[in-house]
Amino acid sequence: MPQPSNIPASQAPSTPARAGNPGDRAWGWGITIFGGSLLVVAGLILYELGRVAAPAWEHIGLVKFLFSSDWDPVQEKFGALPFIYGTLVTSGLALLIALPVSVGLALFLSEMGPRSLRVPVAYAIEVLAAIPSVIYGLWGLFIMVPWLRESVQPFLQKTLGFLPLFKGPPIGLGYMAAGTILALMILPTIASVTIEVLKTVPPALKEGALALGATRWESIRISVLPYARPGIIGASLLGLGRALGETMAVTMVIGNSPEIHASLFAPGYSLPAVIANEFAEATGDVHVGALAALGLVLFGITLILNAIAQLLVEAVARGPKGARS
Amino acid sequence: MNRLRWRKGVDLFWTVASGAAVLAAVIPLASLLWLVVSHGIGGLTFGFFTSLPTPVGEPGGGVGNAIVGTFFMVGIASLFALPAGVGAGIFLAEKGDGKLGTIVRFTSEVLSGVPSIVIGIVAYGLVVARMKRFSALAGGVALALLMVPSLARSTEEFIRLVPGALREASLALGVPSWKTSLRVVLRTALGGIVTAVLLAVARAAGETAPLLFTALNNQYWNTNPFQPTASLTVQIYNYAISPYDDWHQKAWTAALVLLLLVGLLNLVARFLSRNRLHGAPR
Repeated sequence: MPQPSNIPASQAPSTPARAGNPGDRAWGWGITIFGGSLLVVAGLILYELGRVAAPAWEHIGLVKFLFSSDWDPVQEKFGALPFIYGTLVTSGLALLIALPVSVGLALFLSEMGPRSLRVPVAYAIEVLAAIPSVIYGLWGLFIMVPWLRESVQPFLQKTLGFLPLFKGPPIGLGYMAAGTILALMILPTIASVTIEVLKTVPPALKEGALALGATRWESIRISVLPYARPGIIGASLLGLGRALGETMAVTMVIGNSPEIHASLFAPGYSLPAVIANEFAEATGDVHVGALAALGLVLFGITLILNAIAQLLVEAVARGPKGARS
Repeated sequence: MNRLRWRKGVDLFWTVASGAAVLAAVIPLASLLWLVVSHGIGGLTFGFFTSLPTPVGEPGGGVGNAIVGTFFMVGIASLFALPAGVGAGIFLAEKGDGKLGTIVRFTSEVLSGVPSIVIGIVAYGLVVARMKRFSALAGGVALALLMVPSLARSTEEFIRLVPGALREASLALGVPSWKTSLRVVLRTALGGIVTAVLLAVARAAGETAPLLFTALNNQYWNTNPFQPTASLTVQIYNYAISPYDDWHQKAWTAALVLLLLVGLLNLVARFLSRNRLHGAPR
């Protein structure tokens, strides 16, 4: 039997019938229209977002909107800074927690763990990814927040309380709670992309290190991790993108107060959370516009992050040019 | 020799550390699943599936309308998203190696990272702002916009799993290429495509954020696409952030129902794709 090849139709040897066959032409045009419709959807998303946000630009002005920290819809004061700050702090904290755990998880699954445990652990990651975010929020609100309030935060206060990060009363709800739940939620994203990236590392690299007498960890450190690094950075950016836009779980545990605090114990607010809370009851075009403008900011940040992440992951899959291959 | 022992110690340390990372992920997962089941199971009665929500303190009551609402809106979303998403996926798999294909693929990849709350604003602009009312249609449109990009990518992946030899055999027999695509390639990939659809549906059923200000909520039964509609997820959210213990209990039970629904869809999806791909000729 000949080797199965995987040639897509566009590269398949064209039959004489192909050129003139009306069925083929119709089929080709039909699916191209479907493919192009995706671009139309993308355009539509951008256009509508801009249209709903328009009143905000006219009324407030970009600089004032982005750098003011006053948010008072009744007085028509709209400053995005507390939300941008809260989003960045919680997502950053989430990445800080999730990155080492996910890379450890990915290494366990692809290199270090006993084979018998790999399949169940891989399943667990898939389950983690499939749980709806409102259920994470429910669990976070009733289980994780009390745990943070009663055990983790008092402990941090006692040991590291001299840092401004851990000052103030441990109330549970706040930046720390949001960051922790986000870490759990982006873990499957980072871990699964990292696993894909680790799979693309040529075995010869690792075997070379092992043959020279390296231990398993040394072979990972010397040959696997450097090769996979851009891909792992890409995976982190994808996770970060997910954390920035995550709404329900954060809304339920961040405390929803539009202020800026240095302490992780303090309640804050994030971009998606304020949109979720205020949009349905917004008090007029400018308020709706300001909320949509927050959405546009969020959209811009995640778009850039995702595009960079995508390019990085693809770059690893293609393999490095020149010397190392 | 001492040096070697040190290196082996370091190796052991990192092996244990990777095991600890697994525990750090699995323990919260186990806690979450266990607590949803143990908190939720107490309220799981037949009436919970069939009756309307009741005010605080009144016994009984359920989330029947919210379950119907979720199915209704996911149905509306599928009406838009399945043709568009699967069609785009077929395009990517069949003609996706050109310039347009690369652009479409990149766009769908980037779009699937757009936060769902942002998609909610888009659906608000498209439907709610124009019709001046919250509606199931708006919720459905929001969910559809979320489903299309991921559906396109997973459909493409499943079609690309079909062995090229099948296509070549059909072409060699003189079957025109559109017939080959439809009758040979897509038929073989059908199980995979159904899997992709079920996974997209499961994801849409678990979405909350884009429904908050498109479908809003409704205390009563509703199957009119132009009226506000309850959904399981929004109902869980409203119950959870309320100050009443009675409603917290209902939030857990509704969460259990949602988890079972999503879990079931995922299980069926995996089962289908496993059967198909392992059974497919290679």
